[in-house]
Amino acid sequence: MTYTPAELMAAVAARELRDGEVVFVGIGLPNLACNLARATHAPNLVLIYESGAIGAVPERLPVSIGDPSLVTGSLMVCGMADVFQSLLQNGRIEVGFLGGAQVDRFGNINTTVVGPYQHPAVRLPGSGGAAEIAIHARRTLVISRLSRRAFPESVDFITSPGHRSHGHTRRELGMPGEGPVKVVTDKAILEADPDSGELVLASLYPGVEADEVRADVAWPLRSRPALGQVAPPTDRELRLLRDELDPHRLFLKG
Amino acid sequence: MREAVAAHVRDGDTVVIEGFTHLICFAAGHEIIRQRRRDLTLCRLTPDLIYDQMIAAGCARKLVFSWAGNPGAGSLHAFRRAVEAPDGGLLELEEYSHFGMVGRLSAGAARLPFWPMRNYMGTDLPAANPKIAEVQCPYTGERLATVPALNPDVTIVHAQRADAQGNTQIWGLLGVQKEAAFASRRVIVVVEELVDERVIRADPNRTLIPGLAVDAVVVEPWGAHPSYAQGYYDRDNEFYVGWEKISRDPAALARYLEEYVYGVGDRAEYVARCGNLERLRADARVCAGVNYGF
Repeated sequence: MTYTPAELMAAVAARELRDGEVVFVGIGLPNLACNLARATHAPNLVLIYESGAIGAVPERLPVSIGDPSLVTGSLMVCGMADVFQSLLQNGRIEVGFLGGAQVDRFGNINTTVVGPYQHPAVRLPGSGGAAEIAIHARRTLVISRLSRRAFPESVDFITSPGHRSHGHTRRELGMPGEGPVKVVTDKAILEADPDSGELVLASLYPGVEADEVRADVAWPLRSRPALGQVAPPTDRELRLLRDELDPHRLFLKG
Repeated sequence: MREAVAAHVRDGDTVVIEGFTHLICFAAGHEIIRQRRRDLTLCRLTPDLIYDQMIAAGCARKLVFSWAGNPGAGSLHAFRRAVEAPDGGLLELEEYSHFGMVGRLSAGAARLPFWPMRNYMGTDLPAANPKIAEVQCPYTGERLATVPALNPDVTIVHAQRADAQGNTQIWGLLGVQKEAAFASRRVIVVVEELVDERVIRADPNRTLIPGLAVDAVVVEPWGAHPSYAQGYYDRDNEFYVGWEKISRDPAALARYLEEYVYGVGDRAEYVARCGNLERLRADARVCAGVNYGF
């Protein structure tokens, strides 16, 4: 079957999740990825939404992070103080999803402003829970489409810290979580180099050349010595995404 | 609602209308716009469409927030126009993350001066907002981030039901309504249904805010629309998606306010003008209840 980049991104992100993990879910592709994983290889994935739904089993596609379908049938509904203090800061979240307008060489993410903070060219929504997810989740997965504008050498504003912020490592800054281990894009998977924390090209999607990826990144992108090859989405993954999870193609278009 | 807003919301106040996606009290926001309150400091984790409307209507001097978007649909364009204005911005901002806002209200509810948290290292948020500070733990020596208490002049909470004394029961997503209510000097509760005290007493664990913390109770069915009330009506996602087009165009936004806010006397007229809200009516998924006996 033919497929769109969004469909492959959702499938690739789903494959990164292991059965039984506790995942902090975001709206859009992260939600599709988590529910795809739950319907395939990870039936015991525990979905936590920042709105306070624990063990959510949404019967319809949640349009917002606070959709009422996240409550119906969930294991627990708690206030947001519990979400951030007793779950996230407590160290209970194994995987967090992040996205953003800009992702830089060290996996720092900007969802706050394009341009200077006091006089922004574009005012973006801000952190929400992203800053603390980036700090506390044991590992984070970033989902973002490639372009030179979206992948600058350094972001205009660090909303969510990656592996090196203003010259300091996560360890120096005392961050509990491991940070962004992978960036799932529409052409390839980037991974953080374990030594330097720099994002490097790890795996290519079917039909994509490494030079195409390099052209979409504003820093000289290094590659893993042995580049991986991402398998296309299976018919089953595509059927679940299209027929059950996002039938109106709210997040799958494009 | 008219009397409650007239009595409890004053020009220059710090106002919280909370509710995380769920139970956002648009009815109160619209009444504040109708009464032409000015110079308000509006605080919410997610300003949402209601604060976009209040900013467009000229009610706000300052916004305290952690995520300013139209969830699942796009931007809050009245907010963006105010912030991106070439003369340096028409709206003062004080920006945190969700955890920071939760901590501010938790400190406010406990009447502590600040709330500590392990957060913000490596981010540019403290540089953008000097109120995010640091403290050294007296027990471990660890450096912890701090946020100042938020004690609003008035907090407005929408809920499924309360009794006449304001004993308020909420189910579904709880957001930070409890903390916001206890942090506030005055509290208005707006409910879908007024119930007898016996209904509250039959299920006391469901009570999120006791009447002793409440100053006014307003009964306003559909008062959260286009937000939702679990078990009463669904979120009007079509309206949220449609707001992108309305708020992008200042003239369209002004027409919206004219027709649905200034042009109606109260919530009942708003509901009538919206037309078929019954399409959003919730299905029944009633839980079994528990034994409170001893």
